[in-house]
Amino acid sequence: MAEKIVIDPITRIEGHLKIETVIEDGVVKDARSTGNLFRGIEIILRGRDPRDAQVITQRICGVCPQSHGVAAALNLDSAFGIGGNITDNGRIIRNLIQGAHIVQDHILHFYHLAALDYVDVTDVAKYTGNDSELNSVKTFIERGELGPFVPRYEGDYRLPVEVNQAATAHYVQALEIRKIGHEMVSIFSGKIPHSVGIIPGGVTCTPTVDMITSYLWKLRKLQDFVNNVYIPDVIAVAGAYLDYAEIGAGCKNYLSYGQYDLENGQPDVTKRKRLYVAGVASADLIYKGLDVDKIAEYVTHSWYEDYNGARHPSVGETKPNLEKEGAYSWVKSPRYDGKVYEVGPLAKLLVSYASGDPEVKGLVDSSLNALNAPPTALFSVLGRHLARALDAKITADNLAKMVLEVKPGEPVFKEYEIPEESRGFGLTDAARGALGHWIEIKDQKIANYQAVVPTTWNASPRDADGNPGPIEQAIIGTKIKDKDNPYEIVRIVRSFDPCLACAIH
Amino acid sequence: MAQEIPVVWLAASSCTGCSVSLLNSASPSIKNVLVDEVIPGIHINLRFHQTVMAGNGEQAIQALEDTMKEKKGGYVLVVDGSIPSGATVDYCVMGERNDKPVNMEDRLVELAQDALAILAVGTCASFGGIPAAAPNPSNARPVREVLKEKGIETPLVNIPGCPPHPDWIVGTISSVLLNGLPTAADLDDNLRPLTFYGKLIHENCPRRAYFDEGKFAKKPGDEGCLYELGCKGPITYADCPTRRWNNGTNWVIGAGSPCLGCTQPEFPNLPMYQKVEDVELPVVGAYWTGEKEDE
Repeated sequence: MAEKIVIDPITRIEGHLKIETVIEDGVVKDARSTGNLFRGIEIILRGRDPRDAQVITQRICGVCPQSHGVAAALNLDSAFGIGGNITDNGRIIRNLIQGAHIVQDHILHFYHLAALDYVDVTDVAKYTGNDSELNSVKTFIERGELGPFVPRYEGDYRLPVEVNQAATAHYVQALEIRKIGHEMVSIFSGKIPHSVGIIPGGVTCTPTVDMITSYLWKLRKLQDFVNNVYIPDVIAVAGAYLDYAEIGAGCKNYLSYGQYDLENGQPDVTKRKRLYVAGVASADLIYKGLDVDKIAEYVTHSWYEDYNGARHPSVGETKPNLEKEGAYSWVKSPRYDGKVYEVGPLAKLLVSYASGDPEVKGLVDSSLNALNAPPTALFSVLGRHLARALDAKITADNLAKMVLEVKPGEPVFKEYEIPEESRGFGLTDAARGALGHWIEIKDQKIANYQAVVPTTWNASPRDADGNPGPIEQAIIGTKIKDKDNPYEIVRIVRSFDPCLACAIH
Repeated sequence: MAQEIPVVWLAASSCTGCSVSLLNSASPSIKNVLVDEVIPGIHINLRFHQTVMAGNGEQAIQALEDTMKEKKGGYVLVVDGSIPSGATVDYCVMGERNDKPVNMEDRLVELAQDALAILAVGTCASFGGIPAAAPNPSNARPVREVLKEKGIETPLVNIPGCPPHPDWIVGTISSVLLNGLPTAADLDDNLRPLTFYGKLIHENCPRRAYFDEGKFAKKPGDEGCLYELGCKGPITYADCPTRRWNNGTNWVIGAGSPCLGCTQPEFPNLPMYQKVEDVELPVVGAYWTGEKEDE
């Protein structure tokens, strides 16, 4: 007999997401992902000064604003005719701002959003040691007011008491560490969330040697945490929940725009040399280059006025219609070459892995060896968590090199004129995956602005051909042990690190 | 026995930036706020916050609705994000009742009626902010306007900023716990605590001397006052220049960027990088130019 499970809201993600599933004989037969908040930021951008885009689009998301800042700045650079032609300092400092933010974002996701699905905080009640932080948590538990840690789905906490206690201590420690990541952003970008340093033409601040030193030594603390706490914790959790290396795969097509510009002089953002290469790969792990013309969005099942077929974002439109028949989400359905693609750190690493990137290949292979798992284990819930942790390491290690390339006192800004009419686009990978902004300028104002955001890909509803989106596909076919505590569903959904404010905007 | 203050946090049309900013609270840390006695003898008991809490779906909504009933008149309601209204009221919904989604306006009205106090955190909840920017596609409104229309008189404090500094949030909460609800004398006309929003950015700006001398930056990275690059410091009330952000690391003008005016009701409707016109700027140097007599 078919039964429906509705989870609304999905908590410990950004924003308003509902997941609806139909269960038959203990297996998910159907799943629907519904984004539940529409603000209309693309509509708000119309008619504004194009330079405002980097301010307004950061407000799409308070969790990953700086990646929107980078995408908007690359977009405006290209529309202003200076794409790939900014100063070295401008290019490198953008990387430093975005990279520091991403390392702290991954730490935040694992410990503060995902971990409570695997780690039983209440085991700290049995703690008998001298750690003052753990003892304060113990006192907290003894008070009996357990919000926000209880209620929760019960029945599948598997870690031994001492691992739960250590992971809880790391949860508290991670709060401090991620804050240091934000301090690193602030050094070059004024404040965060919603930083101000990244602008079209480069960045706003002229670097000094003390900024470089401060950044580097804060980074050392993040590196220490990533190497000695975060990655070992992911591996410890993976060891106890190995069945999660076999579920939640979904579409097995992976897309990344690449990340961190390593050179100037290449106007085409898709051809620019980057730390992570742009491209696509599937389960066969054969690398293919990125063709932006293959990106198109459907709105067949989204609450927008229909248009024929799918639209390339350069001519995309956003006309809300909540009454539309057959629609069930505010998220649009982006597809690549007509197919469903997953984006995120896993996609980014798999694309680089498939391209033969030695740093990525070495790290991924050695991690799989440690878990005694084949590469196919990456197509899973655990694969996404592992990829996120490895991304944090690769990013942090490379930031340590990049920060030393900054030239104190050298220019950070390339002058431009706002053209009467122009078009542009900017692509990067945000913490949650491939992020693209497209602009059309008329009379020096924004005539059209479209953002296709990581969770737009991942949380998308069905397209015109009825193909479910990546999260929907990842849930369908999953065995549910206890329909009153469907932890499998929320673990799968959270492994994508969804951000709904981003997805819809 | 320490006193328990139940708190529920409602995320309306928001970006979660206000919550992330609160995570950056340095002293007390967010762990101190949520786990320890934030003020000696007082615990904050965060019953509902959808980005933080372990519970999912119905059990999370249950925690919200139980708090509303069991702690009637005794819980603090925090709201971030503005609230869609009118024909577009269902543009933001959360949780279901009788298989129908519940919109944010209904949630807010229910929770606001029986709250001890309401904190509108961020410029969206305080003044409409980003979703309410022209042409306001969702008819988003600030908390104050919804309460006024529904005749709800629960005390309200606005803590604007995009996002607000964590000290402004934690400081306002601590002040309420220590001294009770703020009086009219503690707030400005926009219901902002004067402690944090009492002075213009321009009054305490380290680049003020450049302004007084007429030395203006012409492009990003230049020395000088950022007024001609669009700085909203002369019309923006907040203590950013002295408080600084991210554990005192830096602040907007410190990074060479004009202030965007994000604590103001006008935000983000003024163009970000165009000079503010028609602003009455304070007269400076009157003593030295002889316009003011020595007293």
